[in-house]
Amino acid sequence: MSDTKTKKKRKEKPPIEEPLLAPGHRACSGCGESLGAKLVMDAAGPNTYATCCTGCLEVFSTPYPESAWKMPWIHSLFENSSAVAAGIEAALIAQGRDKDVNIIAMGGDGGTADIGIGCLSGMLERGHNILYVCFDNEAYMNTGVQRSGLTPFDARTSTSPPGKRSWGNKTTKKNLPGIAGAHGIPYVATATVGYPNDLINKVKKALKIQGPKYMQVHVPCPLGWIHPTDQTIEIAKLAVLTGLIPIYEMEYGEVTRVRKIGKNRRPVEDYLKPQGRFRHLFAKGAEAEEELEKIRQIAEDNIKKFGLA
Amino acid sequence: MKADPQNVLVGAHYLDGNHACGEGGIAAGCKFFAGYPITPSTEIAERVSRRFPLIGGVFVQMEDELASMNAILGASWGGKKSMTCTSGPGFSLMMENFGLGLMLETPCVLVNVQRGGPSTGLPTLPGQADMMQARWGSHGDYEVIALAPDSPQESFELTIHAFNLSEKYRMPVLIMTDECVGHMTEKVVIPPPEEIELVERKYSDVPPGEAWPYMEFDGEVSPMLPVGEGHKFHITGLTHDIRGYPVINSEAQHLNTRHLIDKVKKHADDIIWLEEKDIDGADVVVMAYGISSRVMQPAIAKAKKEGIKVGQIKMVTVWPFPEKRVKELAEKVKAMIMVEMNWGQVYLEMERCIAGKCEAHLIGHGGGTVHNPEDIYNTIKEAVK
Repeated sequence: MSDTKTKKKRKEKPPIEEPLLAPGHRACSGCGESLGAKLVMDAAGPNTYATCCTGCLEVFSTPYPESAWKMPWIHSLFENSSAVAAGIEAALIAQGRDKDVNIIAMGGDGGTADIGIGCLSGMLERGHNILYVCFDNEAYMNTGVQRSGLTPFDARTSTSPPGKRSWGNKTTKKNLPGIAGAHGIPYVATATVGYPNDLINKVKKALKIQGPKYMQVHVPCPLGWIHPTDQTIEIAKLAVLTGLIPIYEMEYGEVTRVRKIGKNRRPVEDYLKPQGRFRHLFAKGAEAEEELEKIRQIAEDNIKKFGLA
Repeated sequence: MKADPQNVLVGAHYLDGNHACGEGGIAAGCKFFAGYPITPSTEIAERVSRRFPLIGGVFVQMEDELASMNAILGASWGGKKSMTCTSGPGFSLMMENFGLGLMLETPCVLVNVQRGGPSTGLPTLPGQADMMQARWGSHGDYEVIALAPDSPQESFELTIHAFNLSEKYRMPVLIMTDECVGHMTEKVVIPPPEEIELVERKYSDVPPGEAWPYMEFDGEVSPMLPVGEGHKFHITGLTHDIRGYPVINSEAQHLNTRHLIDKVKKHADDIIWLEEKDIDGADVVVMAYGISSRVMQPAIAKAKKEGIKVGQIKMVTVWPFPEKRVKELAEKVKAMIMVEMNWGQVYLEMERCIAGKCEAHLIGHGGGTVHNPEDIYNTIKEAVK
């Protein structure tokens, strides 16, 4: 008898794959978006084509010869990441090379919810086999923190400054996952860098589904949100635990799964207070109770609507 | 009419060109700003978003540049002075609706803080390469008015002037500044309101039911019809007659486009603003606009020191092009030189007007930084050889 039978065969460890978004790029320390993009790409694997609209992600990851992307990657303009991805998909189909490849279109919240919503809608409507990922850091960070359609209520940005006549951003977050879901597409998910495993699983799940998919990933920005750079994950988790950022999945327009917060629920102040963009709500003599109540109501509505309790 | 005291931050300030431009708009009585973030113009929107709530203005951050340009057209017809700002790709997106503004004859101001292009180009660095786009970027036939400030002080003053021209000629007016001027910080003196002369909108006094949105298509400016006072009127981007209704035939097209062109051409002498220096007896004349007109100064000074007879024209207005003046000068001088941060755009107009009567030189530059004055000096020397 050979000894091989008695000896336990050592399990070979899988080789550590190189990350597809390589380290050494120029993102700020504590950048939630760079972490989000890395997780999405690692989950997708090397057979991936990516398009990326103008924004922080494009700017910090691409200066030659420092491109951080280890995959075919196109910078489109601001509004058209999804349309460029649609062209790539059509070309791959025409060449019979569309099997076992992923096409991921990326954009920030401004490039997705504002200027890019038309192209995104077209991509979803036409049924392309593409995963669109919106990295939501809740303002135009690349141009210096201007408000977007996904900026939360009362947040300070450079174009929604709080002052004598204003408490900051006057609108609430546009329900973009809902808009995407209303196209009747097979898969919509929200995720956050606060819960990386959930994010990775959702990307993997999405890429197995044929047709258009939309994911919105909540990514804190220490520069724009004004919080310490080592608090990114903590802040991202608090956004979920306060009910302000509901984490859920939708299939064909119906919510199918949610991440419950249950007993771990935290008051919205725990999320707002550490961030400079909400500092005016807690300033001495601010008399912001009414505003805080409105934000509590937003959390309450989310909890009720998605059954997060 | 004089400026409203509540809109004017009287005094000496230390401002960059973009903030100064925002203050110019506010001093001119602009009460509606629709904008979209784009480097290097965003500071104008940020300034206005901070100042408007205190003086009763409305700032809206729009979802893109298409919406921004449209919103200011709507606001203008709603009865308020309005403006937007953008750069490069945003200017491209605004072009369709800039054309709508020209067609509807809508007063408003569009600021382009130029950066390097095409496409995303150089978001943080200067260029002057949108000059021909300003002239021809929207489809169809028309004339435009474009101003080019060379400093924060001029950014303030020319924004007021742009509003005045837009009200006087009832059309969108362009401010073609650039990243250098936009981000350059200098002393800006804002005069007291009684020293700021404003042109107010002319409204028709024809009673409701009898008035049309245009009087004659003869190159003269028609008063606008006020909204909310009983007028039921129609305006359209389609070719139209003076009643504002679409007329789809060749005669109407002829009248409508000739009117848009003549409105500027007939009044070119009133609109064109050149700052000339040492032209009499000059052998060579250097022309430039915006930041390039400042950059050429050391080169001209050096050439003069060497006894070269060099005159200069700073074009405060670039469009309409000063055809008459260039044609005159071409008969008198040995050479004319255009200094611009592109590879020859406004130069083409200069060359056309010179028509071989004297030498035409271009000192082009791809943008990203300003010219080296030494290159300008060398061309001046070359030209008088």
